[in-house]
Amino acid sequence: MARAARRASWIRVRPEGLLVEPGGFYVDPTRAVERAVITHGHADHARPGHGAVAATPATLAIMRTRYGETPFGTGQPLAFGETISINGVSVRLVPAGHVLGSAQVVLEYKGERVVVSGDYKRRPDRTCAGFEPVPCDVFVTEATFGLPVFRHPPDEDEIATLMHSRRLFPERCHVIGTYSLGKAQRLISLIRAAGYDRPLYLHGALIPLCDLYQAHGVDLGELLPATAGEKGKPRADLSGEIVLAPPSAIADRWARRLPDPVVAMASGWMRVKQRAKQGGVELPLVISDHADWDELLQTLDDVGAPEVWVTHGREEALVHAARQKGIEAKALRLLGYEEEG
Amino acid sequence: MLRFAHLLDRLLYAPQRNTKLKLMADYFRSAPDPDRGIALAALAGALEVKSAKPSMIRALVMQRVDPELFGWSYDFVGDLAETTALIWPERPTNRAAPALGEIPSELDGLSAAAASEVIESWLDTLDATGRWALLKLVTGGMRVGVSARLAKTALAEAFGREVDEIEEIWHGLEPPYGELFDWLEGQSDQPDMSQRAVFRPLMLANPLEEGDLARLDLSQYVAEWKWDGIRVQIASRGGEVRLYSRTGDDISAAFPDIVDLVSFEGVLDGELLVQRDGEVAPFNDLQQRLNRKRVTRRMLQDHPAHIRLYDILFDGDEDLRSLPFTERRGRLERFLEREQPERTDLSEIVNFEDLEALEALRDACRGEQLEGLMLKRRDSVYIAGRPKGPWFKWKRDALTLDTVVMYAQRGHGKRSSFYSDFTFGAWREGEGGPELVPVGKAYSGFTDEELKRLDKWVRDNTVQRYGPVREVAHGLVVEVAFDSVHRSSRHKSGVAMRFPRFHRIRWDKPVEEADRLESLEKLIV
Ligand SMILES: [Zn+2]
Ligand SMILES: [Zn+2]
Repeated sequence: MARAARRASWIRVRPEGLLVEPGGFYVDPTRAVERAVITHGHADHARPGHGAVAATPATLAIMRTRYGETPFGTGQPLAFGETISINGVSVRLVPAGHVLGSAQVVLEYKGERVVVSGDYKRRPDRTCAGFEPVPCDVFVTEATFGLPVFRHPPDEDEIATLMHSRRLFPERCHVIGTYSLGKAQRLISLIRAAGYDRPLYLHGALIPLCDLYQAHGVDLGELLPATAGEKGKPRADLSGEIVLAPPSAIADRWARRLPDPVVAMASGWMRVKQRAKQGGVELPLVISDHADWDELLQTLDDVGAPEVWVTHGREEALVHAARQKGIEAKALRLLGYEEEG
Repeated sequence: MLRFAHLLDRLLYAPQRNTKLKLMADYFRSAPDPDRGIALAALAGALEVKSAKPSMIRALVMQRVDPELFGWSYDFVGDLAETTALIWPERPTNRAAPALGEIPSELDGLSAAAASEVIESWLDTLDATGRWALLKLVTGGMRVGVSARLAKTALAEAFGREVDEIEEIWHGLEPPYGELFDWLEGQSDQPDMSQRAVFRPLMLANPLEEGDLARLDLSQYVAEWKWDGIRVQIASRGGEVRLYSRTGDDISAAFPDIVDLVSFEGVLDGELLVQRDGEVAPFNDLQQRLNRKRVTRRMLQDHPAHIRLYDILFDGDEDLRSLPFTERRGRLERFLEREQPERTDLSEIVNFEDLEALEALRDACRGEQLEGLMLKRRDSVYIAGRPKGPWFKWKRDALTLDTVVMYAQRGHGKRSSFYSDFTFGAWREGEGGPELVPVGKAYSGFTDEELKRLDKWVRDNTVQRYGPVREVAHGLVVEVAFDSVHRSSRHKSGVAMRFPRFHRIRWDKPVEEADRLESLEKLIV
């Protein structure tokens, strides 16, 4: 492949996000646009209000669950591996291993291949298809955990910590803060894999997406609502049980009615003690749906791209480390992505 | 090491005392010897381990990590030991992870360079949590919110003992406490401490409740002043002299002016005070001494310590605790005559005719370094703990002030979802008219129901947020109670209250009618 003066000059950073100019579409735009390709269903990547949206069937379903029946004008389902052409730009989706339906976008134009990773992780996850490295000329990566202090421990160790705590405090309720898309379902599947087969109790905000996962064939075991009757307050008989709730609910009024709760939180940010303490977390569980530092670097090696663009997260450290590997690297400083971890 | 590391990690986050106790008890029951003994020492602040300086840790990590990456990481994490633990790039090693129990002895006697090498090799064998715990251990900064007393309480709970049984022998034991665990597990008798200057758990008084007075036969009680110092025990045996706080913490090092002058043998109970020219100084003066680990010569001169004695537990090795109070008092008087110990005097017996006279005495306490009266039954034997009946403390009435709530902060533990810590202020004349100046903080004195209402009020009246703190509209008056008030240069208002707490919430009272700073200044002792 001939080396262009500037690689992938057909992709531009605009206030709306990453524009694939000849194709006339954006990838994960943070404002409403005519035409978008969406990597996955997290709210900061999949905003409502676009005209036409191409994404995996699962991502389209997630958007409908979150935003109602018409989150976009028209949806174009794109299976993994299927290739389409949008105004002469070839577009293919490849699993990213982040959440159900999450995809990397493989773009080819005039002999150059650019892969936009969206968010991704590298460790096995029974709730979604695993990341597949695609060799490319430019790799556009996230860097949520782009600092060498972020090295996630084995998931099983974290689940073992949770189970040990349950044995130690059998009368208390363990309430775990978790994002509603992806993290909740993976946490459940990890708990199940550890042999826990009691019902798990869900805050109302987590139920629709768990239902959606199960409809997509992800077995999560028996799930029950943690609330009963009046105004979404927790039911009173949850002693000794495990309850999952969104992070906003665990430190606030909602959790007060639970029986002497052990407040846990499942997130990659829990690696840093100050972060966990600030959040009032008693049992931090370092479980993330993002690549950690070692996995980010491993991925750069695996895709072998001579150039790397970093979209969001702690860009400077990853850019620095990529350059040390002899890779051209720059931070795109895209705005509007959140630090979901 | 890894089990201990996980224990420390969980203790760090556990907000509730009960949770901490369970976590530690579980560990003490199940960890092997000598690891658990070393863990106990570390938690109780009794571990002597060759310490590593932060500069050594930094040097180690900088050998392995790119300086810019380390810099960004350290900025993000904010703690050297934690950053190092997380970032440490392990090299493959054949060594096994160190057992906690062998760490102090392996480091003992090593040069700084040799210690650094050993620590480096250990870091390669541990995971991030293990490395963090190791680095905290060797840099001497556990800070997981566990006091010596709490660690001992957990140990007692782990083996179904009373914590006072452990206190009785604690100060005669050394890490890794093999004989202690043997006894707790029923494999040997309780270690004999009769020849050691160990802490003997104190007998404590109950507050005199309304209605108690009518029931008491006052002729059976003697009265003493309750001084505004701290309760201490001074123990001397076989040339070993120790000063203990009420909870059994060894505070000898901070009070050489007491400890170095002891020539008697025995165990005495009294109130630690700062005293100048025979006059007891305000509690603040004592506070200055208490806040320091090591004491300067100047401190010793300006803030001389003194003990007002009111009981004797041991004369030599004779245990007097089963004698009635009046007999112990006689023994104490004779002991003092015989030994003439320096920097001490005898707590005065306060004579009174009847209840009325007693009440008058108590009310007259204000303004001096007196908190009220102690009532002790003449026949009371010395029992560890807080038995109901033999001893009462009868504090003078608290002072009160109507203040305005200014800021609220979330509490800890069970209260972490409630705004339960309040800063309140009093009015003063500012440049642009009356303004509020903060005069204190309180987080107790209200019921659970009141807390709910306060929490809601804070949420509904927030005007500004600063992290966990909310500034609230000036709309709520709280009558706070406090024991006394002192000058303080550390507070904007120039005054500091002692033991402020909620007395009444005045939902009804207009804020303009709250008290002024001058009213508080008038109460300064
Ligand atoms: Zn995401
Ligand atoms: Zn993202």
